[in-house]
Amino acid sequence: MPLTLRINERSVPVEAAADTPLLWVLRDELGLTGTKFGCGIGLCGACVVHVAGQPVRTCVTPVAAAEGKPITTIEGVAHDRIGRVVQSAWLALGVPQCGYCQAGQIMSVVALLRNTPQPTDADIDAAMAGNICRCGTYARIRAAIHQAARQLREEP
Amino acid sequence: MSPQRNADAPHGLTRREVLKGAAAMGGLALCLRESGRIVLASQAPVYGVAAEPGGAVDNPLVFVAIHPDDTVTITVHRPEMGQGIRTSLALVVADELEASWPRVRVAQAPADQARYGNEDTDGSRSMRHFFEPMRRVGAAARMMLESAAAARWGVPVGEVTAEHQEVRHHGSDRRLSYGELAAQAARESVPRREQVRLKSPAQFRYIGQRNTRLADGADIVCGRAAYGIDTRLEGMLYAVVARPAVLGGKVAHFDAEAALAVPGVVKVVEIPSYPPPPQAYPLGGVAVLARNTWAAIKGREALKIRWDEGPNRRFDSRQFGEVLERAVRNPGKAVRNDGDAMAALRGAGRRIEAEYYLPFLAHASMEPPAATARIVDGRCEVWAPVQDPQGTRDLVTGLLGMKEADVTVHVTLLGGAFGRKSLGDFAGEAALLSKAMGGAPVRVTWTREDDIRHDYYQAAALEHLEAVLGADGMPLAWLHRSASPTEDATFTAGAEGEDSSEYGMGMINIPFRIPNIRLEVPGVPAYARIGWFRSVYNIAHGFAIQSFLDELAHAAGRDPREYQLALIGPARRIDPRTLSDQWNYGESPTLYPLDTGRLRAVIERATHEAGWGRSVPKGRGLGLAATYSFMSYAAAVIEVEVGAGGKIAIPRVDIAFDCGPQVNPDRVRAQLEGACIMGLTVAKHGEITFGDGRVLQSNFDDFPVMRISEAPRDIRLHLQPATFEVPLGGVGEPGMPPIAPALCNAIFAATGRRIRRLPIGQQLKTS
Ligand code: FES
Ligand code: FES
Repeated sequence: MPLTLRINERSVPVEAAADTPLLWVLRDELGLTGTKFGCGIGLCGACVVHVAGQPVRTCVTPVAAAEGKPITTIEGVAHDRIGRVVQSAWLALGVPQCGYCQAGQIMSVVALLRNTPQPTDADIDAAMAGNICRCGTYARIRAAIHQAARQLREEP
Repeated sequence: MSPQRNADAPHGLTRREVLKGAAAMGGLALCLRESGRIVLASQAPVYGVAAEPGGAVDNPLVFVAIHPDDTVTITVHRPEMGQGIRTSLALVVADELEASWPRVRVAQAPADQARYGNEDTDGSRSMRHFFEPMRRVGAAARMMLESAAAARWGVPVGEVTAEHQEVRHHGSDRRLSYGELAAQAARESVPRREQVRLKSPAQFRYIGQRNTRLADGADIVCGRAAYGIDTRLEGMLYAVVARPAVLGGKVAHFDAEAALAVPGVVKVVEIPSYPPPPQAYPLGGVAVLARNTWAAIKGREALKIRWDEGPNRRFDSRQFGEVLERAVRNPGKAVRNDGDAMAALRGAGRRIEAEYYLPFLAHASMEPPAATARIVDGRCEVWAPVQDPQGTRDLVTGLLGMKEADVTVHVTLLGGAFGRKSLGDFAGEAALLSKAMGGAPVRVTWTREDDIRHDYYQAAALEHLEAVLGADGMPLAWLHRSASPTEDATFTAGAEGEDSSEYGMGMINIPFRIPNIRLEVPGVPAYARIGWFRSVYNIAHGFAIQSFLDELAHAAGRDPREYQLALIGPARRIDPRTLSDQWNYGESPTLYPLDTGRLRAVIERATHEAGWGRSVPKGRGLGLAATYSFMSYAAAVIEVEVGAGGKIAIPRVDIAFDCGPQVNPDRVRAQLEGACIMGLTVAKHGEITFGDGRVLQSNFDDFPVMRISEAPRDIRLHLQPATFEVPLGGVGEPGMPPIAPALCNAIFAATGRRIRRLPIGQQLKTS
């Protein structure tokens, strides 16, 4: 069925069955391949995007549920200052190894910092436990979150 | 003769088989050919990169292109899977070239070992084998720029110097940028290898420095980085494949009607099964091709397939455990025999015996296998995240019956690999499906379930150890039997028993001062595809040996650190051949002896930094383990807290590491951090089991991996300093083997409970 999605501040028409997971619409129909497939059942966080400001796992979100709501993917995360600060912390600390999980990590972090600008380690554990990094970049992810939070606090 | 991949060899011939082949050639030596390729020529053993198919190439025209806009493209021929090699090799070239790092672009070489040298990225070899060749690449290109500038100015070349992206004439202070010199420099003759002037390490600008920008960092954080699963071609079909659940199974019959009725499904195609051994061949099965991945997945769910499951349909982990037990409890052939261990074990002294188990492991890289292929005008192009590009090219060439020249394999980024993507079966599927679709572009995507169930697994292992302690508590005799399916079985049907490269990983070369040592590797069959998982057989050997040492120390009433140091003895450089280790990771035994001084030093450093011996609260403990693998020395001290219900917390990890000089210290650290997490996953969670021939796990729910919430927050890395006189060690793998035993030894210190089976899982849950 024809749908209109609002992705990264643009309206885009798509043709997809209502129950198609948003992930495959983004990746296969729209070519937004920054959002990754990792498990397909909501366990790894590789596919996280923001729908109406909330982090969602697109592999288990039917496209119809996102219709009409603003969607932000990794390709659009730099539209937002928090997104840019997080990206630059990621580069400054050399967080990525293979990088495959990092789009999902960054999307989860941006959502965390929007709701909890100065997260504690426990906040980080709670918000980030759904994002697997098989390369094991967790120590740097944690450090980069703290660095981004500090920067957001010092240069509001 | 040249060490090229043998055209008659089975597709996907492995590195270790090639090494055996090289040894079988009866001793060959190096000579250097004009073209910049190192080839085999006469009568002495060949080691290092020269023994690898394709050897090393150091021709700057192959790797460096300087553009009129003053940017520099450096081609990296080793695939990037998270180890940072696209950054690290490029910065080696850039440093010797005196290129400015911000102007450097990195290009990825396609599969072509004849042109680029060895591309097979495993064994923690990339920097160890290509540091020197890539230095020469950069230095030779720098000299060509200097010659071009001298010619332009009509001055002797000795009066000009290339520095930071420009060439300067000393007498006149004239300058020309690299971009201005590019065209002319490319026409200069390439300096002969012996004329290439390398920098002194004191002149390094990037090598050995921290904070070098990651070549792909910006693309990764913006979602632009392209992995194998991201390839998109005009008119591409998306495929998923139903593969036989049991290794060696075949399609008996299938009904595609319901699958074809799924909207978006275009075609259903059978992929043939190949006779064993599995090698890198596709597993066979039924593919569903569709307009998008989701339709293909739904189509696959609708397939009706009857399988002929074949001879492995009864394979069961529990029964296999008994096979392993029988194997290690009966005497076998020794691969190392010092003194008479069997007699000494029957003699006086306290006898200690223990068995340690490592299960089958899946790699579970975050990017599951995926590859794309198309065939146009009789030429096949493949885009794939593969560790062994040439192996994949050979596989596709053979599967399609084409000529090598007509097959191109483009290497994408790898979203993790850890050894899984050494074998390109998934790229073979893409090629076969494209052929079946008349050459149309096809991408095959593996779901996570496909990945977990159809991996090339790290082999399960049972390690049996016995020792007899003398009056001083030190061992008089040591018996170690290691029973594990060999990876050779993936390439040679019926192969059994660890081979010299497998028991060569941390079992045979124990440098302990024990008068009677006997090591055996009884054969056990492989019912699953066996592959390599980061640090490979070192995982089981390191876990067993380092746990057993801890047990012996406690039995002797001695401190484990002091006990291990006493067992290692004084600093000395041991020729591995005197330990019956003929393999030595393919490296020269004189260039790479086992240096017990360096092993001692990492143990001393890790324990010192960790405050070994400090008192810890009840429920906490410190554990130590140290291993030598891939020419690098690693020691870990893990502090554990075992709480109510056996819950494990890891407040702190200290790792001391000696890989010789560090070319890119930040990536060395990143690899150690990653190996620590992966090693902890192996210790706590990882287990693949079989029932009725099938893998019983399928996704991250039943094959869990460590998450941030249980990851240690305090990982302290202590890199041993080394000058560039020391030959380079490996980095990607050697951080793994000490982690699981250090954790289990810490658990013993904290609780008195000895873990001898991995994963720990629920074992600490108190009843
Ligand atoms: S792919 Fe969506 S959570 Fe794993
Ligand atoms: S960086 Fe490789 S999975 Fe996270």
